[in-house]
Amino acid sequence: MKNGVPRGRMRKHLYNVGALFRGLATVFGFMFMRKPTIGYPSVKKQHAPRFHGLHELRRYGDGKERCIGCELCAIACPANAITVIGAENTPSDRRSPGERYAARYEIDELRCIFCGMCEEACPTDAIVLTPRFEMSDYRRGSFIYAKDRLLVPPEAGVGTPPDERPGGIPADLGEVAEIKSTTDIDKGYSATYRGQILKTQRRGLAG
Amino acid sequence: MSWLLVLIKSALLLFVVITTFAYAMLFERKIMGWMQLRPGPNRVGPWGLLQPAADAVKMLFKEDLTPSTADPLIYKLAPFISLVSAFGAYAIIPWSEPRPGDIWSIGNVNAGILFIFALTAIGVYGVSLGGWASGSKYPLLGSVRATAQMISYELAMTMSVIGVLIVAGTTSLAGIVHAQQRIWFVIPQLIGFAIYFVTAVAETNRAPFDLVEADAELVAGFHTEYSGLRFGLFFIAEYVNMLTVSCVATLLFFGGWNAPFGWTFIPGIVWFILKVLFFIFCYIWLRATMPRFRYDRLMAFGWKVLLPVATLNLIATAVVVAVKG
Repeated sequence: MKNGVPRGRMRKHLYNVGALFRGLATVFGFMFMRKPTIGYPSVKKQHAPRFHGLHELRRYGDGKERCIGCELCAIACPANAITVIGAENTPSDRRSPGERYAARYEIDELRCIFCGMCEEACPTDAIVLTPRFEMSDYRRGSFIYAKDRLLVPPEAGVGTPPDERPGGIPADLGEVAEIKSTTDIDKGYSATYRGQILKTQRRGLAG
Repeated sequence: MSWLLVLIKSALLLFVVITTFAYAMLFERKIMGWMQLRPGPNRVGPWGLLQPAADAVKMLFKEDLTPSTADPLIYKLAPFISLVSAFGAYAIIPWSEPRPGDIWSIGNVNAGILFIFALTAIGVYGVSLGGWASGSKYPLLGSVRATAQMISYELAMTMSVIGVLIVAGTTSLAGIVHAQQRIWFVIPQLIGFAIYFVTAVAETNRAPFDLVEADAELVAGFHTEYSGLRFGLFFIAEYVNMLTVSCVATLLFFGGWNAPFGWTFIPGIVWFILKVLFFIFCYIWLRATMPRFRYDRLMAFGWKVLLPVATLNLIATAVVVAVKG
């Protein structure tokens, strides 16, 4: 007996024929087993806590933006997906409690590798990764998420950092904030800083 | 007005067979899915029951391409050869006999089994011409394989069936079913049945004998270049052939419409359909289980195992019948 296969020509043949039927029996048994498939669009998977999905820019309780435009996330980003252009707060227009705020904050979600380094780098816990992952679209331009889609709307609260989500993340945090300026491809390119860069590179890209 | 009756019967049967094809496909995808721990198609309609309709619409609207290197006439003709030969067999398959002498079939031919073998043999032309006329390498390889495989397995298949003919003493399909009223031929002709089943799988180019298509090696084998409805015709032909050999297996070895254990309270047609369904399930089951044969092993198996065993079975049957009667 070598690996359970009997010696001898005839016995080996018989063993092999038996193996065919054992295979059939195995497959027949499989037919009645529970299927691990998740019926995705109608049933959504319960993600692991701290799942790395779409980004979110948080606010303070008083509605001010947490982001101070320091660009540390952009520097930490290994995929070079983040563009931040800061601006000074003025006494008449205070966006954030610090001296500066992000006048533009854009993330190219096609470049992003969802590593969470931006989250680590952020000194004010402004940028966090949410478990939202359904951001497919037909146009490249619409994958550049600007502040209109990244920033938590004031009416939606402050946004929860992953560390403060007891019991993990719910399966569905709702839809991604409504697409505004970046929907249309041409608008998407021109409305964002990175979109402009992409537009100039576009001749070399496939659509 | 007998021609009109035949026309109506044919139209009805064509409808039934095509619908059966559509749902055999869904059945296969479902069963295969379950066997591979997937749910199978379940998005179109309840439990995916409208999937065949979606597939048909998709198939209709695909672009119909003819490669520039193809032989256009034969390229366009080949799917029809496959399809016509696949459907032709249904002209004489008897479905049931509700009253003695009243056989449900379009035509009752004396040499029924010969007619079926003749037609299925023509099916080889569809496959091999289609592959050859595509003017491309993979289809050509597929069709060369098809020709060799289908012809060599046909020999063993015919040999295995002759045993049944000797026991029944007739070549009429209805006659063979009548001869099985006492005992199904699967019992005295067990070896014949085993060989018939194996060769039938090979004849219809189904896994594990799908060397003709062999998607891992030949892209899609003989129908690589076909698209749209022409591909669909080959697809239909494959499933209809599968249905045909299942029907023939039922008629020759499993007593056709005869009820087992004398359970005649269920009508014969239901028994017939159940038996055919069982065979189709077995086909799917085999496909979900077995890996594909290597080509040289396939040939060796056909010529060195199946054909000699079938011939021995035939001789033994002939001797037993001669000694007894």
